[in-house]
Amino acid sequence: MATIEFQGKQIEVDEEGYLQNLDDWSPELANYMAQQDGLELTDEHWEIINFLRDYYNKYQIAPMIKILVKEIKKTMGPDKGNTKYLYQLFPDGPAKQACRYAGLPKPTGCV
Amino acid sequence: MAKAKTKTPKPEELAKIDYSPPEKHWTEVPVEFRPGTYCYGARPKYLEEVDMPNPREWQPYEDDWKLPENWKEIVLEGMEDRLNKYRTFRLFMDICVRCGACADKCHFFIGSGDPKNMPVLRAELVRSVYRKYFTTGGKLFGKKAGARELTMDVFKEWWYYFYQCTECRRCSVFCPYGIDTAEITIMGRELTNLLGCNTDWIAGPVANCYHKGNHLGLEPHTIQSNIEMMCDDIEEITGIRIEPTFNRKGAEILFVTPSGDLFGVPGVYTCMGYLMLFHELGLDYTWSTYASEGGNFGFFTSNEMARRLHYKIYAEAKRLGVKWILGGECGHMWRLIHQYLDTWWGPADFLEVPKSPITGTVFENAKSTKMVHVVEFTADLIRHGKLKLDPSRNDHLRVTFHDSCNTSRGMGFFEEPRYVIKNVCNHFYEMPENTIREKTFCCGSGSGLNASENMEIRMRGGFPRANAVRHVNQKYGVNMLANVCAIDRAALTTLMQYWVPDVEVCGVHELVGNALVMTGETERTMDLRLEELPGKEEEEEDV
Repeated sequence: MATIEFQGKQIEVDEEGYLQNLDDWSPELANYMAQQDGLELTDEHWEIINFLRDYYNKYQIAPMIKILVKEIKKTMGPDKGNTKYLYQLFPDGPAKQACRYAGLPKPTGCV
Repeated sequence: MAKAKTKTPKPEELAKIDYSPPEKHWTEVPVEFRPGTYCYGARPKYLEEVDMPNPREWQPYEDDWKLPENWKEIVLEGMEDRLNKYRTFRLFMDICVRCGACADKCHFFIGSGDPKNMPVLRAELVRSVYRKYFTTGGKLFGKKAGARELTMDVFKEWWYYFYQCTECRRCSVFCPYGIDTAEITIMGRELTNLLGCNTDWIAGPVANCYHKGNHLGLEPHTIQSNIEMMCDDIEEITGIRIEPTFNRKGAEILFVTPSGDLFGVPGVYTCMGYLMLFHELGLDYTWSTYASEGGNFGFFTSNEMARRLHYKIYAEAKRLGVKWILGGECGHMWRLIHQYLDTWWGPADFLEVPKSPITGTVFENAKSTKMVHVVEFTADLIRHGKLKLDPSRNDHLRVTFHDSCNTSRGMGFFEEPRYVIKNVCNHFYEMPENTIREKTFCCGSGSGLNASENMEIRMRGGFPRANAVRHVNQKYGVNMLANVCAIDRAALTTLMQYWVPDVEVCGVHELVGNALVMTGETERTMDLRLEELPGKEEEEEDV
């Protein structure tokens, strides 16, 4: 089992660094994960991470990128509701990187 | 610690394929678990959810696979059971004459140069063990008779290559004996599952499908919300509000599609096409949030698991009291319906033989399964002149068609998709003859290999398909690769981005949705991707 050490605790993650137990998540852990990737989380990052977490609470799955863009556009305007902006914030892709910081699992199946 | 991320080599590097065979005999070349060429091991929670044996944390690259002490006994007993149960398995073990006709027909061999990806040698991995334990010659003469012991290294080699075969069956088209190597892979995977050695990417969808009805684990309200989002887009494009029903008892038809159509791009555009078509027809149909998956990753695990997951579609049809089932654009779903359903569950006698309420056509070919492919349904509508179509709305697309392995080789489904595409598009071009229809090249990611950690082998396996697309891209300017399978829609998108970046991927019903003239629609200025239709802005300037 892969783990990351954080605040003296061993946190279980999968092979790609996604949390195994969603309850292990905390904002501090998200900051720590980002730091490991050489990224400082700003308010702009947090807007997206919080959106993802709210969505997950409601729907039990990370939103598809199309919905993410659409909803961000609706609530934060077209400057932010576009793929380019999201990729600027999360260079490895909003679906993968932002979901990892948000503590959400990766979708599986024919996707 | 999690393993360091593997970078997929660049296309220029990957295209340099080394076909020189290793210097040693193949039995002396141990398997190497090179990152990028295999999938992660199944998480214990997924195996527990469906009562699969030996749930534990493990990874294929680790030395210790944490198998039970009597693992060898379990595998050999499992093999014996299957040799007795499946006549095909025993026959295919016995009759190969190693003529090599299959050797260069496998997309994984073409793309990797690894001799163990020649179907004949991949099968030999099992045949050698079969000879040792189940044939007199092998028992008496051992190595001289091509027999070898089942050791841990052999088992690992099985695993590596059985989860590197997409069960596409292209090799079987060329085999003079008709040996279906996919059947051997299927048996091989069953044996690995007896020891809890599935991949995480297959085991996850299996568990999700069992618990929530679909591979992605979409909850009922999530399905509904995603479809409503698509209806919002349709309204923006056409001015028409569509309100589909869910889990409606007494509907005439139950519609089931792979859950990828409800979640990913470009699958959702295909799904919008279905929604628009059914609305325009006034079809009395319902979605189900319970039977919310056309695909069946159980089929990539074991026949028993496939059988178990498969029936929910029919249980739901029975519960809702529909007359028959219409199925979406999916690959392996159709192989299961067409070739396995009757053996597993017998004819679905509680349903009626499908009859199109629009044209009156009775689908005799589905009189046992009661399930009709949506492209077949649409082809029949077009043939009877029931749809008003404006193919010029697809004029910005130069389209080619990828035959999915399962619909083509699994059910001989060649003409209908082409007929539909030619009626909704003005520009259609075929790929070379030896890469389409029954000789189609696999996407390289079928049978549950569409994970992300094995990207290198996916891009290698998809290379022959991509090469054919590149050919029509250069020759005719093809910019759209149409298909009828959800794995294709996801996998070919990645494949094209890698090998032929100016080609996009779509389902056939996305093209139908673009061309379909709907009653009361506003003038179309956008396609289903909400992208402006070229020419429309010019027309406005003219006015």
